[in-house]
Amino acid sequence: MGVVAIFVFSLLYLSPGDPAAIIAGDQATTEVVEQIRQQLGLNEPFLSQFGRWIWRILHGDLGYSIFANQPVSQMILQRVEPTVALAICSMLVSVLFAVPLGVVAAWKAGTWIDRAVMAFAVLGFSFPAFVIGYLLIFGLAMWANILPVQGYVSISKGVLAFLPNIVMPSLTLGIVLIALIARMTRASMLEVLSQDYIRTAQSKGLTNTKVLVGHALKNASVPIVTTIGLAFALLISGVVVTETVFAIPGIGRLTVDAILRRDYPVIQGLVLVFSASYVLINLLVDISYTFLDPRIRY
Amino acid sequence: MTALPYQGGTSAPIVRPGALRDLLRRHPTAVVGGFLLVVIIAIAIFAPYLGTVDPQALSPIRRLRPPNAENWFGTDSIGRDIYSRVLYGARISLIVGFSVAVLSTAIGLVVGLTAGFNRVIDAVVMRIMDGLMAIPPILLAIALMALTRASVQNVILAITIAEVPRVARLVRSLGLSLREQPFVEAARAAGTPSWRILLRHILPNTVPPLIVQATYVCASAIIIEAILSFLGAGTPPTIPSWGNIIAEGRVLFLVAAYIILIPSIFLSLTVLAVNLLGDGLRDALDPRLARGL
Repeated sequence: MGVVAIFVFSLLYLSPGDPAAIIAGDQATTEVVEQIRQQLGLNEPFLSQFGRWIWRILHGDLGYSIFANQPVSQMILQRVEPTVALAICSMLVSVLFAVPLGVVAAWKAGTWIDRAVMAFAVLGFSFPAFVIGYLLIFGLAMWANILPVQGYVSISKGVLAFLPNIVMPSLTLGIVLIALIARMTRASMLEVLSQDYIRTAQSKGLTNTKVLVGHALKNASVPIVTTIGLAFALLISGVVVTETVFAIPGIGRLTVDAILRRDYPVIQGLVLVFSASYVLINLLVDISYTFLDPRIRY
Repeated sequence: MTALPYQGGTSAPIVRPGALRDLLRRHPTAVVGGFLLVVIIAIAIFAPYLGTVDPQALSPIRRLRPPNAENWFGTDSIGRDIYSRVLYGARISLIVGFSVAVLSTAIGLVVGLTAGFNRVIDAVVMRIMDGLMAIPPILLAIALMALTRASVQNVILAITIAEVPRVARLVRSLGLSLREQPFVEAARAAGTPSWRILLRHILPNTVPPLIVQATYVCASAIIIEAILSFLGAGTPPTIPSWGNIIAEGRVLFLVAAYIILIPSIFLSLTVLAVNLLGDGLRDALDPRLARGL
């Protein structure tokens, strides 16, 4: 996280253009610009600027947007809800589909079911999120006309209003994740299914479901959960693209707008927020190991 | 070990008859992927001779024509021929994909090997790599692109920086496990200097997994380039790339779906080809791994 902070700060420090000149506007005299520069502490050396910046970040102050004249933290907070909703729905969709797919593929290893699942996984990896997004729009919204094309309705306006708009974006994001998680589930299950205790379980007459879920999946869960944590990185990059395709006003869209306007404080804040949440999720994954496998202790 | 010079009058055929069929049977995905990739590379190289016009030539009279006999893939909002743009776009995707694969593998190899052999460098370099890995690759590439001017070189550079940590990690872990192998111990016992162990014993053994990794890096680089261009932070709009064409079609997708669909198909096929080739190579080079995944 420290490296991330240094990187993100350097990003602003090295960014082209003089923030003081931008804030002062076109008509400002050199004295005014110099005064603003003093005020912002832009004349101080790199390390002292960095120290003050870290101090402010730790107090939740991400600085001001150059364009919107609004605190960055406030801008991000306003846009957080759609993104979180989208991320949760995509994760739900992908875990619900991927884990059973992977389990069945491993159980029926070598058959056409296995091959079909693996073929789907390779395809899922190869189609960029926006291609899947547009294919879904063309198929489900424009041709079959059963779902709205774009847009977002807040969940606070009721679940029924919220659902139709979130289905396609979640699927778009979910397909890559399904591919990844299904692949890992299959690999991990194959490993476990060849163990002796699975044969024991089978020979004592347990049903296939009990063996697969109770014995095999439970022991195969650590790598699967690790992959779900890694999938979060894909989710973040997917969010940026998916929100653009489906015109969802979330922080992914905010990122794109900030980049196009070169609004560095906002870009900086967003990269920090994304990275922090990524680190946090992976920390949660690490902690979850202790529940999934009591042998792991920290 | 030198081969004995061949003494006969006729030279033996280099390719055994039926070798291709054998290869196809054992690694069908690699062959299909390789074939697809060769086709796309050919398209990229011979783009000017495939009935294309200048991909940047405007023709305001022929705006937004759906695919027809004259413009096979239709025209965009300012009358540029999409067929030509898509064919030339293949160049950008392939250049970016291959350059990033080669660059990040080379850098990752050097970083990973030195880290695997020197504790101090290991501690410093791997912390930096961990930090970079905490930022999702796309975000890192976007952030880097926001710093610099949009150009193909900068896109390649940004994606390379985003991909290097993963390669370095792989090489480092390979190096660490290889270091404990009996043949390295034997070489050390025989008094081989460590740079020689590194070059002659460790390096060759990292090559097969690295080739596989390079194909995945290549596929991911092609996708990231397309996404960057799609978001308007990648290849400059003056150069036709698949991401750019799709980005231009974004506002028009309700009227002119083909602007998005056609480059999307090419993009997906290319990535699929590279991925299939990678999977096939993995099966061929590392049978141990193939069983697992």
